[in-house]
Parts: sequence; C-alpha cells; structure tokens
Amino acid sequence: MHGPPVKSRASVTAGTKRSRYGAFARKTVEVLGSVALTILGLLAVTFVIGRVVPIDPVLAVVGDNAPMAVYHKAREEMGLDRPLAVQFGRFVAKAVSGDFGVSVLTARPVIDDIKRVFPATIELATLATLIGIALGVPLGVLAAVRHHSWVDHVARIIGLVGHSVPVFWLGLMGLLIFYAKLGWVGGTGRQSVAFMDSVSPVTGMILIDCLLARDFESLLDAVRHIVLPATVLGYFSLAYICRMTRSFMIEQLGKEYVTAARIKGLSEWRVVMGHAFRNIAVPLVTVIALSYGYLLEGSVLTETVFAWPGLGSYLTDSLLRSDMNGVLGATILIGCIFIGLNLLSDLLYRVLDPRTR
Amino acid sequence: MRAPTGTTWREYLTAATPTSRRHATVQRVYLAWVPFSRNPTAIVGLVIVALVVAVAMFAPWLASHSPIAQDLSYRLAPSTAAHWLGTDELGRDIYSRLVWGTRTVLRVIFLVAVITGPIGLIVGAAAGYVGGWWDAALMRITDIFLAFPRLILALALTSALGPGIDNAIIAIGLTGWPPLARLARAETLTIRSSDFIAAARVVGASASRIVFRHVMPLCMPSLIVRLTLDMAGVILIAAGLGFLGLGAQPPQPEWGAMIASGRKFVFDQWWIAAYPGIAICILSLGFNLFGDGLRDALDPKAST
Repeated sequence: MHGPPVKSRASVTAGTKRSRYGAFARKTVEVLGSVALTILGLLAVTFVIGRVVPIDPVLAVVGDNAPMAVYHKAREEMGLDRPLAVQFGRFVAKAVSGDFGVSVLTARPVIDDIKRVFPATIELATLATLIGIALGVPLGVLAAVRHHSWVDHVARIIGLVGHSVPVFWLGLMGLLIFYAKLGWVGGTGRQSVAFMDSVSPVTGMILIDCLLARDFESLLDAVRHIVLPATVLGYFSLAYICRMTRSFMIEQLGKEYVTAARIKGLSEWRVVMGHAFRNIAVPLVTVIALSYGYLLEGSVLTETVFAWPGLGSYLTDSLLRSDMNGVLGATILIGCIFIGLNLLSDLLYRVLDPRTR
Repeated sequence: MRAPTGTTWREYLTAATPTSRRHATVQRVYLAWVPFSRNPTAIVGLVIVALVVAVAMFAPWLASHSPIAQDLSYRLAPSTAAHWLGTDELGRDIYSRLVWGTRTVLRVIFLVAVITGPIGLIVGAAAGYVGGWWDAALMRITDIFLAFPRLILALALTSALGPGIDNAIIAIGLTGWPPLARLARAETLTIRSSDFIAAARVVGASASRIVFRHVMPLCMPSLIVRLTLDMAGVILIAAGLGFLGLGAQPPQPEWGAMIASGRKFVFDQWWIAAYPGIAICILSLGFNLFGDGLRDALDPKAST
C-alpha cells in the first residue's frame, strides 16, 4: 500500500474532494483494466490448452472415414486454416458473447448445458459455505479466546485434517457410513427415483423449487440428499474459515485496546464480541468470499462422487469423453467466477473498512 | 566427517565464528534443527515422511505379493492371514499395492517439486530483482495462472495432454509455480535493498551473478518451507486426478486410482476404497506436520 503524497495544508483542504474522486476513478479504471487483462490471459491459456489436444477437432466432427474434400471443407468452416492470431481473436470474440461451441457429448450449445447444471452447484456450494460459517466462525473465536486449551487443539486438528483428507474419499466414506450402514441420509443424486421431476424447475435450485411448489415431501427428500455432500464440502470450508478466524482473533486479542477494555471492567463477552470480533469482521468477509471460490474446486470431485448433476460433474463427464468444448467452457466459467470473487472480496474490503478510503 | 581435533561436536557446532564455508553451513543447519527437534508434531511429520520413503525403498521386500498379479479365484476377499488388507476386484493384494503405491506417489511429489521449485524461484527472483516492465509482465502472467483454481487447471491440462501419470505430473507442476514465484519475488524485494547487494554491485558483480549467487540462496529457506507444505496439496491433487482416471493408468498401483476402483464395491467390500484413502491421509498429514515444523524452525515470524 502506498501512503498519500505529502501535501501542504492549504492544498489538502482545497483539493481533498476532487483528488479523492480522481483517485477513486483512477483506481476503478486500474482494477477493471487488470481484471480485463486477467480474463484475456485466462482465455489465452484455455485457447492454448484447446490447441495442444492430440485429438483432431475436425475428425471429431466429420468422422474418421470422411473424404479429403469433406475434411478440408469442414476445416475451413471451423476456421482452422486461418492464422493462429485470427483464430484466437475469433475464440475471444465468441467467448465474450457466451459462445463456447457445441458439446459433442450432449449435442447442445455448451452455454445452455452450463446454464442448466449451474444452479445445482450454486445450491450445493452455498449450503456448504453456510455450514462452514455457522460452525467455523464460533469455533475459531472460541479457539482464540481459549488459546492452548482443548478447544484450540480440536480446532487445529480440524484444520490439519481438512488439509490432509481427499474430499472424494471423505464423500465415499460418508456414503458408506451414513447412507449404507445407518440409512440417515439419501444416496447419490439430488432426489430419489420416486421423486424425480416431482417439481418443475423454476430456479433450478431444488430446495427453493420445492418450497415454491409447497411440495414438502419432495423438499424432505431433497434435503436428505443434499445434506451429506454439503456437509462434506462444508467441512473444508469450515476448516479454512476456522483457521483464519482463529489467527485473526489471536492477533486482535493481543492488542492494547483489548487490554484497555478489560481494565475498564467490561465483561469478557463484550471484550471479545463487542471489540475484538468487530475488528475482524471485514477480513473475515473477504475470507468467506475466497472460501466460496475454493468450494467450486472441491465441488468437482464431490459432485463426481455423489453423482450431483452440477458444473463439476459436467466438467468431469466432458473430460472423460474428451469433449474439449465442454471442458474449456466450464474451465473458463469457473476461472471467471474465481476472478469475480477475488474482485468482490477486494471491493468489500474497500467499502467496509474505513481505513482504505 | 569428523569434528576438528581438540574440539567436541558441541563446540564445533556452536562456535561464535565459523572457520570455513562448510562450518557455517553445518552451523546453520544445526541452528534450525534445535527448535525443530523440540517440536513433537514436527518430529511426527518427519517420521511419517521418512517411513514412507523407507517403505518405497524396500517395497520389494515389504510387499507380500506382486502388486499386479491377479488371482481371480480370490476376488474381493476381506483381510486374512494371506492377504492382510484383503484383495480387490481382480484378486490383487491391497497391502502390496499400497506398499508399491508409495513409489508412485513419491515419484509424483519429487518430480513436481523439481518442476515447480526452479520455475518459481527463477521467475520470482528475476521479477523482483530486475523490476520495472519485466516485473509487471511476469507478475501479470502469475496472476493469470492464479486465477484458475489449481485442480481445474490441472484437469484441463491433463485432458489436453492425455491421461497418464507423466502428463499428470507435468500438469500439476505447471499449475504449482505461481505461489512460489510470488513468494520468491517478495523475498527478493527485501533482499535487493540490503547493503551486501549494494556492495556486490559496487565490486562489479553482474546481475545474473547477484541473482544466482546472492539472492536465490537467501530465498531458499522460505521456498523450501512452502514447497514442503505444498506437497500435501500435490498428493491430494494427484490422487484426485488418479480417482478421475486421468493419472496413473492400470495396472500401475496408485492410491487415488485404487479408491476409484473400490468405489463400485464400497457398500459391500468397503476395504478396497478405505485403505488407500487412509494411506493418502497419513502421508499428506506427514507433509503438513513436517512443513509446519520447518516453518516454525526456519521462519519464526511467519507462524502464529
């Protein structure tokens, strides 16, 4: 961070307002420019990945036994005979307008497929984040307040295990124990076969659709299906949020204003929640925004294990069938969401923390 | 190596003025070892990693069966005296496959470290030392790679290169260097403004000599810590690729792929998927504990 340039007192009072807006506008242009550059880079990386594929995209369309004339015509139509720079320009122009080509797997435009599967992932990741916040924040605060106690050790172990367990294995073991042995939760997928298509998709998020249709039997079935994958995914978000909350709180509790608050005779609750916690709220919000991005990553393997029909399953299905349009479309979308979340957390920090103004 | 005559090891290691370059190096290692050895969780991590390396070295003697020999008359068996951890769907001994699997996972870790470490160090140190336009360009590229979640980029790369353990290693390696480059750049920025760099420049050392001989050695401790902690993540990503069928190809024993093959039978023959997962957890935990201990010993200001 750069401090403001030193100015004489007169110029500060005269030019405060205008220079602040000027700085804000410059900063906005700078941030938007860097986001645009990053997205362009992201498209360049995916373009290169798409080019190194050993599969000939023309052969995939015309078939192995097509005559040479047909092959060349298809190649021309796909623009593959043009220079690489021209191809990249077309790739970017198409991607910006949301055209990622047609999926070989479903024979539909990739963007339509993604629109269809995306709500399922949003639903899962949001629920997982809520679980992570609801458990991670209190546990992190408690671990910091009772530093070096058993609560602290539990929090540390949860964090360590969260860094060491493969998410797909945790999901499989969860299915084995809570579905097959105990029967507490529903199995794979979003609904049982009996409830399939019982509610018409409005938002695509099954819990909300059931609520809108007031179909509480379907809702209960959907809850039984989502609870295990959301908990498995939420565990990783919990581990991350808890670790960050703990270290933020430990830092704050060591500061002098906390000692001053204690000397004043405030209750421990007021000291911790009223003083220290209020000061970590801003960095915590940015941590939660980032954890949402990491969940998108975790959801790829989780969705595969739970046969959850979301973006992660779509990506792995496309991968296994070498459907590069689907793979690249999903990759670009996830990358853009990641960039968006980073931007959001940066913005939230600026808006919520008065010191950055 | 022996302590110089007339001194004990302790005097040699704690002498106030080192007598040679090697003496100084030995002393620095010793100074890092003292706090490390007093940290029980760090020692647990070190022991786990060392044990897995030992298992990999002595795999032919430790394994009770061949990892790829099939015995179709003895499929999906639970643990017995002959097959300690049971057998998989082709009648292969799970314990032996786990033992041989250590070689696969350690090979992945080693090669990924060999790819990511130097790239991250060179990119970061060059960007930090040269500065200006170079710095801006290199860090922009780093940002682009950081804009992808790591697993997603590794997945897309492996799918482009084609499935297989070597391509998986390349993909994981190519996605791993940006955080290291960031770290090396930050270290370089603090080092380049110090007096001994100015002195080296006055003497007439070239930029490449300063970067390679003066800056990079000082970046090493934090880089090694970061690389060690990163290995836990590499194990998980490699296992994830293996699970999706993009990593090691059958019949090579790889823990992630073993979980994938056990997935079909998980409700009845749970051991096929359960044991490789436990092996992954243990090794990954070992690297996490080892890395945490190294960080506390080498870089006390970074730990909380």
